[in-house]
Amino acid sequence: MSTKPKLYYFDGRGKMESIRWLLAAAGVEFEEEFLETRDQYEKLLQGGSLLFEQVPMVEMDGMKMVQTRAILSYIAAKYNLYGKDLKERALIDMYVGGTDDLMGFIMMFPFLSAEDKEKQHALIVQKATGRYFPVYEKVLKDHGQDFLVGNSFSWADVHLLEAILMVEEKKSDVLSGFPQLQAFKARISSIPAIKKFLEPGSQRKPVPDDKYVETVRRVLRMYYDVKAN
Amino acid sequence: MSGKPRLTYLNGRGRMEPVRWLLAAAGVEFEEVYLETKEQYEKLIKDGLLLFQQVPLVEIDGMKMVQTRAIMSYIAGKYNLYGKDLKERALIDMYVEGISDLMQMILMFPFSPPDSKEKNLESIKERATNRYFPVFEKVLKQHGQDFLVGNKFSWADVQLMEAILAVEEKVPDVLSGFPQLQVFKTKMSNMPTIKKFLQPGSPRKPPPDAHYVETVLKVFKK
Repeated sequence: MSTKPKLYYFDGRGKMESIRWLLAAAGVEFEEEFLETRDQYEKLLQGGSLLFEQVPMVEMDGMKMVQTRAILSYIAAKYNLYGKDLKERALIDMYVGGTDDLMGFIMMFPFLSAEDKEKQHALIVQKATGRYFPVYEKVLKDHGQDFLVGNSFSWADVHLLEAILMVEEKKSDVLSGFPQLQAFKARISSIPAIKKFLEPGSQRKPVPDDKYVETVRRVLRMYYDVKAN
Repeated sequence: MSGKPRLTYLNGRGRMEPVRWLLAAAGVEFEEVYLETKEQYEKLIKDGLLLFQQVPLVEIDGMKMVQTRAIMSYIAGKYNLYGKDLKERALIDMYVEGISDLMQMILMFPFSPPDSKEKNLESIKERATNRYFPVFEKVLKQHGQDFLVGNKFSWADVQLMEAILAVEEKVPDVLSGFPQLQVFKTKMSNMPTIKKFLQPGSPRKPPPDAHYVETVLKVFKK
């Protein structure tokens, strides 16, 4: 058995992308198995690999882990990206909760009708600039440190960078009112492990397209009629 | 300032109920502030108390905590309900997240349109009996222990107990195919702190009714 974590998901971002980011940021190499057919998924189900019949699933350290948040927390703790004590962990959890909610609006985007996409686009930008980015801008401004929590690189920083880049894909100048976040983005992007992940040829997945949506629907037989928030 | 945690939410279950369960199970007394009007909510935002302009809010140990998962993880960690090591924590997290997906369906139920309610109720029953309860039935059967993880009471047990009772309110005979869960439910009900929480007069909130739904819509109306 390989000692590298193995990720089971579609060949696309979805709920697995934050896991790819965190493993990459921690400098951990990983393998991937991409779900392309319904048969593959049913085989995983029948084999009892999916605790709640769902992906993401990550095989690591002898466990078949499911539930994105559980997987991310485990990786963060294992690779010392989870703060130095309970209170720092609490802060990281709060910040990640916010960026998770923001990325949630983006995650459903490709599955929406054209009309709903337009509405959702506006919502994403409004939430990012009105609710989420101001929080992180203020955190960074108030303590003047390079990282969100405890003057030390953590899961919260990785997750925020991922969220920033995703929103920028929807509106390229979205950081124009956020000088701290602009500096943060440049700083975190230049961390060697992250810089490598941002280069072509890495395991980072591209913006989801129609083919991705079609694959997810075909394999899971779900998400045919997703409504905007 | 009182040493007790202070919970700010509506006077009802919603996203705060799992927090009430966990604090109660840990034997921790807490205070509650109930949101009844839009003005109260807007004042909380204006005063900068809500990091992402949302409740639940739990003031604990000098922090103004938001984000239910963050709050629960902190309480579980502080009161030794989070396993003894990383792997036990991983198991607890997996179980809690799965149960939370089931609870999400129950959370949204009162807000679904009348013509969807029957379908949604059927979905809750189907998921509970086919996806979630079989997992925990099997876990308990395989290790034969009283608790889900590490032979020790944890957050996962509290969350499962809450979910069992919540589903039973909608589907009274839901545990009929799950003998292990029936025993689990009895054992949990007899644990002193949980027993106390299940008695009348505790901070446990009743199932959401029309008044609760109305209050939610009024307070958070855009």
